[in-house]
Amino acid sequence: MHRYIVTRLLLAVPTLAGAAALVFVLMRLIPGDVCVIRLGSGGTHVNQAAVEACRLQLGLNEPLIVQFFQFLWSYCTFDFGISMWSGNPVSQEILIRLPVSLQIAVMASIIAVLIAIPLGTVSALRENTWLDHLVRLVAIAGIATPSFWLGIMSLVLVLDITYLATGKPWLPPIDYVSFWQDPLRNLSMVALPAITVGYRYSAVTMRMTRSAMLEVLREDYIRTARSKGLLEQIVVNRHALKNALLPVVTLVGIEFAFLIGGLVVTEQVFNLNGIGRLFVQAVQNQDNVLAQALVMLVVAIFVLTNLVVDVLYAWLDPRIRFS
Amino acid sequence: MTAVAPVQEAPATPPAGTTPEPTRSALRIAGRFCRRQPLGTFGLVLVLVMSAAGMLAGWIAPFDPEENDFNAMMEAPSWLHLLGTDQLGRDIFSRLVYGARTALIVGFSAAIVGGLIGLVLGVTSAYFGGWFDLAFQRVLDVLMAFPLIILALAVVAVFGTGVFNVIVAITIPLIPRCGRVVRASALAVREVPYVDAARALGFGHARIVLGHMVPNVVAPFLILLSAFVGQAILAEASLSYLGLGVQEPVPAWGLMLQGGAEEYATTAPWIAVFPGLAIVLTVLGISLFGDALRDAIDPKLRER
Repeated sequence: MHRYIVTRLLLAVPTLAGAAALVFVLMRLIPGDVCVIRLGSGGTHVNQAAVEACRLQLGLNEPLIVQFFQFLWSYCTFDFGISMWSGNPVSQEILIRLPVSLQIAVMASIIAVLIAIPLGTVSALRENTWLDHLVRLVAIAGIATPSFWLGIMSLVLVLDITYLATGKPWLPPIDYVSFWQDPLRNLSMVALPAITVGYRYSAVTMRMTRSAMLEVLREDYIRTARSKGLLEQIVVNRHALKNALLPVVTLVGIEFAFLIGGLVVTEQVFNLNGIGRLFVQAVQNQDNVLAQALVMLVVAIFVLTNLVVDVLYAWLDPRIRFS
Repeated sequence: MTAVAPVQEAPATPPAGTTPEPTRSALRIAGRFCRRQPLGTFGLVLVLVMSAAGMLAGWIAPFDPEENDFNAMMEAPSWLHLLGTDQLGRDIFSRLVYGARTALIVGFSAAIVGGLIGLVLGVTSAYFGGWFDLAFQRVLDVLMAFPLIILALAVVAVFGTGVFNVIVAITIPLIPRCGRVVRASALAVREVPYVDAARALGFGHARIVLGHMVPNVVAPFLILLSAFVGQAILAEASLSYLGLGVQEPVPAWGLMLQGGAEEYATTAPWIAVFPGLAIVLTVLGISLFGDALRDAIDPKLRER
């Protein structure tokens, strides 16, 4: 098991380094000089000396390869640079915004699993009944619905309902307070985004649970368990579900990382000051330093989640560990 | 569903007890598909309706999608303006119809181009194997570590916005997603004797890859492609909604949802409702069709 973990860890290193190289190249391909953009508002005359000083300060005059190794080294030492736009350290910009994004991501995952696994299981057990068709329709609609539109619709609904009920439209608060400070305010803010993202997330998991369950239910040992006269409940919970959930665990893990990507649009809808919104702003402002840090953060989360999922999977299923 | 002859051409081993029918026409295959897959047919109809709307936009749309009418701002749906007008007095139905064109052009171009590049790369990698395949897999690992929308945004940051750049931005993340699946299928095809036979006959690498291996991974490729079209349409809508995709005044569904949707929630909710419905119906149609296609093509899943 230890050997397996070490091998997987070593495989993650080239992926991260490759991603860093790709991000670095992409961000350097961006046309336009951030110093010119920063100093000259709206294409007016720019002070050449100031631009030069700015380039020197940001290290933009060094050869690209030197810049790349500086970039790698600074990331290894957890120094993500100074935001080209705001002038604050990138780590600070990210840390302020991370809690809200993480909270939504975690809550959305929990919501998704709570919806997906029971519905997927029931759908498989009642295959080809109206219940099965309904669940499948709910799942496929979840895949087809952009979460940002679902978010807009839920906001419109909340506005309309509160307007009709009290005569004054109400919107969820947009400034973040942690759950421990003011649970009610915190939940009223993150509940809608978590539900809209969670629904879409559940759709994929629901389909996976259903098909994994269907496959397992056709196995010989399920027939054996049933013919032994075991209670259907025990057959489903202990024999079928336990085995069917293996691929689902993988999917939930992988999707968690992608959830962070999905937050990019959802945070915009709900006006939440999270890392997704920060990324969009960084792209709009051509803030390379901030944008590359955020992309690397997402990639690192993805690689780490994958690692955890793989290890978990090997722990759950000994066949993988020993092959 | 018993004793189904292969719908798709030349699977490696035809299911036992079936007789191949080389004379079966495309029409009969279509007829069989409609009978067996009512939901898939419904999906196909949705896609065809949207495609027709996009292609014939000039004839269908009653108004110019870019024309402002300040005497008719935020009008509720009526016989004149079927789906109402937006905050600039533009006819929403006309904009939706033209938006279908944008969505389908971006969706199909990105899916087809990204899919074809991924197809050729995946098969080539499986064919050569060895260090080339190893290196290819590492590159795929790197690219797959970027969520689709994040990589697309990074590409937009480099190339800028607009229809063409959005297509490029969505194509790039689709390539590794296709490459990985196709490579896995192609690995099995590589072990089949006719590939060895082709090599023994002295055929070139390009001829074996394109002529002998690619046609045999077409089934998983087509299933993947239908999923890609839906993903690409959703990605385009997201990018446009963020203001980093298709730009005004080009009519695009994501763009129509941008700004104002919540602002006019109580006064003109139709502004936010209809463009979203258009996205949902289109992607739903493609997903239903893709699912049905998978059931029809993949013998392993056919009995479900």
